[in-house]
Amino acid sequence: MARVAVLDLGTGNLHSVHKALEHVAEGGHTVEVTADPARVRRAQRVVLPGQGAIGTCIRALEERGLRELVLELAGAVPLLGICLGLQVLYAHSEEDGGVEGLDLLAGRVRGFRPEPGSGMKVPHMGWNRVHQTRPHPLWEGIEDGARFYFVHSFYADGTPAETTGETGYGIRFTSAAGHDNIFAVQFHPEKSQRAGLQLLRNFLAWDGS
Amino acid sequence: MALAKRIIPCLDVDAGRVVKGVRFVDIRDAGDPVEVAARYDEQGADEITFLDITASSDDRETTAHVVEAIAGQVFIPLTVGGGIRKVADVRRLLNAGADKVAINTAAVFNPDFVAEAAAHFGAQCIVVAIDAKQVAAGADGALRWEIFTHGGRKPTGIDAVAWARRMAESGAGEILLTSMDRDGTKAGFDLALTRAVAEAVPVPVIASGGVGTLEHLVEGVIEGHADAVLAASIFHFGEFTVGQAKRCMADAGIEMRLD
Repeated sequence: MARVAVLDLGTGNLHSVHKALEHVAEGGHTVEVTADPARVRRAQRVVLPGQGAIGTCIRALEERGLRELVLELAGAVPLLGICLGLQVLYAHSEEDGGVEGLDLLAGRVRGFRPEPGSGMKVPHMGWNRVHQTRPHPLWEGIEDGARFYFVHSFYADGTPAETTGETGYGIRFTSAAGHDNIFAVQFHPEKSQRAGLQLLRNFLAWDGS
Repeated sequence: MALAKRIIPCLDVDAGRVVKGVRFVDIRDAGDPVEVAARYDEQGADEITFLDITASSDDRETTAHVVEAIAGQVFIPLTVGGGIRKVADVRRLLNAGADKVAINTAAVFNPDFVAEAAAHFGAQCIVVAIDAKQVAAGADGALRWEIFTHGGRKPTGIDAVAWARRMAESGAGEILLTSMDRDGTKAGFDLALTRAVAEAVPVPVIASGGVGTLEHLVEGVIEGHADAVLAASIFHFGEFTVGQAKRCMADAGIEMRLD
């Protein structure tokens, strides 16, 4: 029985993440959406979701006094970053004219730049394959190359050592990353039906090692 | 390109029940939206779109509850449209569990609303719905379409392709394009319209209006260059399952999510 805190940064649709976690927890864990540092501190699992613009997301972390706390907890409890929650973990993003991230993962976040006339659409929206580049407890029961739901215009260019999954869209980008007790995904597991729910179930079962 | 094209079953919902169609006199009841959504999810739908065609504001509350019930058990993206006019409407539906909202008429009467909504919630959750009808060709003989509002009854004089481009610039993350000429006809998408818009905007385009056979879905992607195809009646009454539609599209060489 673990307490799971979903960080409320006031931007994204937290309902989906909350509902999906509750669905897989089957009453075995308590899941709460919160921005209260005291409550986040008591959690044994932290989920960092995010949508919208990265500058707003970083500001929301700072305003709520959560930036330092996330840095502290990132070395202590299993932490799952989702979508923008993956991007903020990197050192730098070129979105919004350049934003410094939390620097928990090495690498940079860049924007998709379709070749003129290529017909490649941005945002990258829909179901794409995730190729598992390294084994990880969060891949348990998920087929290599399984499809997950993506919606984003920026992507992480991570290091091979910290990349656990890659996806192709014009270029190949880091669609999943892992470092110690941090796991982060560019796609939305809460919207990725069976494979996504399996990943969330694996996260709840994971002790971070 | 490994990104799959999407099939999106659409539920037209009136006072808490699925109906089809909006523009028919004979509206057939197609069931409980939560059950219908769960069935499509089971069949492999890539997303679900839910259009609230309820006229009265009382029933808008019902809609939020239905969205909440669907979102609690269907873990694929859910788009909700119908009667969205203010940032507060967007927030209410996102809080109820919608992943995206489709803005239609309000965008026409207040184009800044799309930019405002995108700034608040991110372009990824703002879909602009465009209802277009073919009009007389321009002086150069090129095909032209105009935007219509109020369920296709009111012309606006706005060029559909130019409008789509403007909406994408304003922050629409996706365009839901419905041909009013084809909607409900089962004669297939307006492919020229679909292609004209798909090629004009940098964001994904969902083709809608006119699907009567599985081949129409294939044409929407291959000839219309749509990123996703939306259909209602062919799925509601059990003519085809979403799974059959996906296999048909995959057999035609289209990248689909089949697992």
